[in-house]
Amino acid sequence: MITCNNVQKAFGKNQVLQGIDLDFRESGRITAILGPNGSGKTTLIKSILGMVLPEQGSITVNEQPVRKQWAYRSAIDYLPQIARFPENLTVSELMSMIKDIRPGASRDQELINRFGLKPFLRKRLGNLSGGTKQKVNITLAMMYDSPILIFDEPTSGLDPVAMQTLKALIQEEKERGKLILVTTHIMQFVEEVADEIVFLLEGKTYFRGPIQALKDRVGVDDLEAAIAGILREHPIVVASPDTTRRISANPIRRKIPGLLTSFKKA
Amino acid sequence: MWKILKYSTYDLLRSRWAYLYLGFFLLFTAGFLYLTGDVGKVVISLMNVILILCPLIATMFGIMYHYNSREFTELLLAQPIRRTSIFWGQFLGLAIALSTSLVLGIGIPFLLYGITHDPAIWQFMILLLNGVVLTFIFSGLAFWIGLRNDNRIRGFGLAILLWLVMAVLYDGVFLLCLIVFREYPLDSFSLFATVFNPVDLSRIMILLKLDISALMGYTGAVFQKFFGNGWGILLSTLSLLAWIAIPVAGIRYTALRKDF
Repeated sequence: MITCNNVQKAFGKNQVLQGIDLDFRESGRITAILGPNGSGKTTLIKSILGMVLPEQGSITVNEQPVRKQWAYRSAIDYLPQIARFPENLTVSELMSMIKDIRPGASRDQELINRFGLKPFLRKRLGNLSGGTKQKVNITLAMMYDSPILIFDEPTSGLDPVAMQTLKALIQEEKERGKLILVTTHIMQFVEEVADEIVFLLEGKTYFRGPIQALKDRVGVDDLEAAIAGILREHPIVVASPDTTRRISANPIRRKIPGLLTSFKKA
Repeated sequence: MWKILKYSTYDLLRSRWAYLYLGFFLLFTAGFLYLTGDVGKVVISLMNVILILCPLIATMFGIMYHYNSREFTELLLAQPIRRTSIFWGQFLGLAIALSTSLVLGIGIPFLLYGITHDPAIWQFMILLLNGVVLTFIFSGLAFWIGLRNDNRIRGFGLAILLWLVMAVLYDGVFLLCLIVFREYPLDSFSLFATVFNPVDLSRIMILLKLDISALMGYTGAVFQKFFGNGWGILLSTLSLLAWIAIPVAGIRYTALRKDF
């Protein structure tokens, strides 16, 4: 349903996507797109949605090229990373507004009930907590029942109850035969829901396959450890504390941990 | 596009700032009318307020609204909607909301005063129309600046600079040019220079309508000499409309090429 051919994108001098070839054809499948910060996950997703315009390569959704098109997006439900809405509107106003702009929502009541949003419907969006906004965000994204679902960091800010609801929802959608793409940094979530993972590194597809295959390849039984293992082999792009000591190969890079420490102190 | 326009207008009309803007004009206009009691004089006083304030408020609102709605715009961009519909809708919604505050704020006191029976009604209408046109031009330009600059500080800086140049500095530089090059024929230069600034265009249009040559200054005099009142008003109207077209086209150009 989605194919990417040699997709390349640079922001200034920063080459974010360096020729991505991927296809997602099987419906009823959940694919987790993983990778360190800045590996191009969000850029890839946004390219599929036509929000980012790649310089090279082509993307098709349902056999339709996406470049300069917009109608194909009616086949996609997208959950953006940050939930920020017009603060003066109430939740129900926002929902009816989105429904008015994009007709065809069929599941809003069901989702409102499942996430317990009823008491918040008349509240202004500016007064909601981050987690509640995320629930509204999920409801807005999922109320259309489209064949393709794309979630960018769906778990951010959710409490355990909402997290359970979200996992159950994603599983149900999978069983109903939808194609689901998820990006997240929570490996437990990936292990629980994903059928396969795509691991992006420095703008390229480093690995694609079932979770177990990645574990076998690195030789550990824990997904988080497996991912960390890969990142240690490719330390340049990472700046998380446990991998910075690996940056010591290059004399200039050797200064980075010290800089980080002094930056933290400051 | 109309749906986005509708909701942008609705969202802005409910914000505190729109009421503040409305309240300011209500107070100001009512105060002027009460103090002078002469519609012609009030129109001139209001002209100076509108020529400075409308561009300023439109610029600030335009840039603020663009940056504040950025994440929501992303949500809209992921929907099956044309990019141009989103941005044109937001820009028009903003301009209409601000124009509503302006028209109500100035219109209500004049209506209560009985402008409908006053011969000065056309002067009043021209004033109002210019306020609305300036609001459209400057909110559009600010929106375009916002679209072109992801860095908020830079965007705000450029927007304020735009207002400062158009509303304040332009006249000074213009005058300086006239003094420096006073030995040359400057008629066509000054005509040309006026067309390049919507604030000047508006001022001339209102003054031509008011028929007070003493206040017109050099450009106004040149305008009147060349075109007479009717042609002058027509030319300035057309130029102002062209000024609206610039940000509208600019927004389209940038929106179609931008990554979000």
